[in-house]
Amino acid sequence: MPDVHSQNAVIRELERQIAELEKSAETDASREELDRLRAQLEAVQKPSSGGPKDAWDRVLLARHPQRPYTLDYIHFLFTDFTELHGDRRFGDDPSIVCGLARFEGRPVMVIGQQKGRDTKQKLFRNFGMPKPEGYRKALRVMQLAAKFRVPIITMIDTPGAYPGIGAEERGQAEAIAYNLKEIPKLPVPILVIIHGEGGSGGALAIAIGDRVLMSENAVYSVISPESCSSILWRDWDHKQDAARGLKLTAQDLLGLGIVDALVPEPPGGAHDDPAYAAELLRPHIATSLKELSTLSEGDLIRRRHEKLRSLATYVVER
Amino acid sequence: MTWFKKEKKALETPQEKRVQTEGLWSKCEGCKVILWKKDLDANFQCCPKCGFHFKIGSRARLEMLFDEGEYTEHDARLFSTDPLGFKDTKPYSERLKKAEKQTGLSDALLTGEGRVGGKPLIVCAMEFSFIGGSMGAAVGEKITRAIDRCIAQKLPLVIVSCSGGARMMEGAISLMQMAKISAGLARLDEIRKPFISVLADPTTGGVTASYAMLGDLNIAEPGALIGFAGPRVIEQTIRQKLPEGFQRSEFLLAHGMIDAIVPRKELKGFIARSMNLLGAWENH
Repeated sequence: MPDVHSQNAVIRELERQIAELEKSAETDASREELDRLRAQLEAVQKPSSGGPKDAWDRVLLARHPQRPYTLDYIHFLFTDFTELHGDRRFGDDPSIVCGLARFEGRPVMVIGQQKGRDTKQKLFRNFGMPKPEGYRKALRVMQLAAKFRVPIITMIDTPGAYPGIGAEERGQAEAIAYNLKEIPKLPVPILVIIHGEGGSGGALAIAIGDRVLMSENAVYSVISPESCSSILWRDWDHKQDAARGLKLTAQDLLGLGIVDALVPEPPGGAHDDPAYAAELLRPHIATSLKELSTLSEGDLIRRRHEKLRSLATYVVER
Repeated sequence: MTWFKKEKKALETPQEKRVQTEGLWSKCEGCKVILWKKDLDANFQCCPKCGFHFKIGSRARLEMLFDEGEYTEHDARLFSTDPLGFKDTKPYSERLKKAEKQTGLSDALLTGEGRVGGKPLIVCAMEFSFIGGSMGAAVGEKITRAIDRCIAQKLPLVIVSCSGGARMMEGAISLMQMAKISAGLARLDEIRKPFISVLADPTTGGVTASYAMLGDLNIAEPGALIGFAGPRVIEQTIRQKLPEGFQRSEFLLAHGMIDAIVPRKELKGFIARSMNLLGAWENH
């Protein structure tokens, strides 16, 4: 069963985490986490509405503590999920889950970042921030899928790649870079679903594919609005402006040609009805897989390279 | 008439200060020794006392690497369209114009085609003084075009990185350049012409997490800061001080992330020699 908590339990848990953090020493990082938790509390307490949403509203929805996470979608949409662990080099990173499964009877390889709900799970999943071994595990199972001609589905939901000493020592940058170069070579259809937070390179490292779907309230950006505000405005108060300026919503990215299709969510957001959110996603996956499976391996790779070559070409010669 | 009068003087910007101290002498950031600029020029902008490598511009970099300092520039007039119409404390379009005026470049990268040891190749060098050497649509397209040219003409490639990472003001467009360039390098693999990535101080963020770490050879200048996350971000996340030398070239070498550390004055020789050993110009 998906571990979606009841409203009150979530509020109590958030309040407890905020109180805990308020007691600890004040650093920029704890302040950012505190800001995040307070915003989540605000989002939970706010009544859902189907009305128009500002970019910042969508950031809050994308981070909503009751939003379905990757394993929830896997539970609703796939059968026979068989989790595969480890990068065969260093370890297993629980912030990325991988496994074989069936989608409407057909074998697929599912890969996605996974966040945790309570404090224990959050720590276990490292807040959904993968380390190099996570990205290497993802590529390993993608290559496994390619060997047996199983289509790949990636599910994106991460604040970003983990910035820590161990991650740097083991080559966080190299792990991401290597994925970006190797994934385009795989001779199987790759479907990317950005359903939560698309946090910069940490998201992109498993978000290269033939077709990119994005949930209505998901966000995808090169930097978090908070960090953008602190670097460009030199304070924490312009995160709303930064969110608007970064053009990080699904609608914006569809317009910029970075995303291929937008997946609708239940009126108040995916957290309102996770099972329904998954059902809204189902036909998009079915159509995309069907379309992509008609292409020959050569065409698939050629088309993918053409698409990547023309991606985000916003230049002018003068 | 007042006895004391406060003279109203305009606020000096750090930039004006820099101009005032600019002269014949320079202070080494490594050993703090005062150096005669001509000595620095003669030593590839490296401190003759401690070997500290000063940052150098992209033009100086190309002149240093190509035979007789001669090269043909490509895509010199390729500009970003400011796709998001971004504005923070001032419009991004103004930042672009200012950087263009200061550097004489269209964006943070210079592409040159020329010869090293008599053999043809393409070299791209990043320009740190252009918005921190950050990568947006123009840098991404210039590198991808350089890769396309290498494939069409069967030429080896060198990219000298010096960058804070992806450019915030172009949002996800900047992020997509990482994917575009890396996929381009996968195409370059097929013609089996070497790509040497040179990492200069600093190389971080989305640049490290794409082409800078994807060289057939990754080589770094001594003492360069190289990493995915910046040291400040890591310190804030883990809430402790970072060890001395963390994320420097020597640290990366010890952790198996780069092939070699090459001092600047040996860089050209290293590139020519390893390109030859890899057969870069055989059957050309």
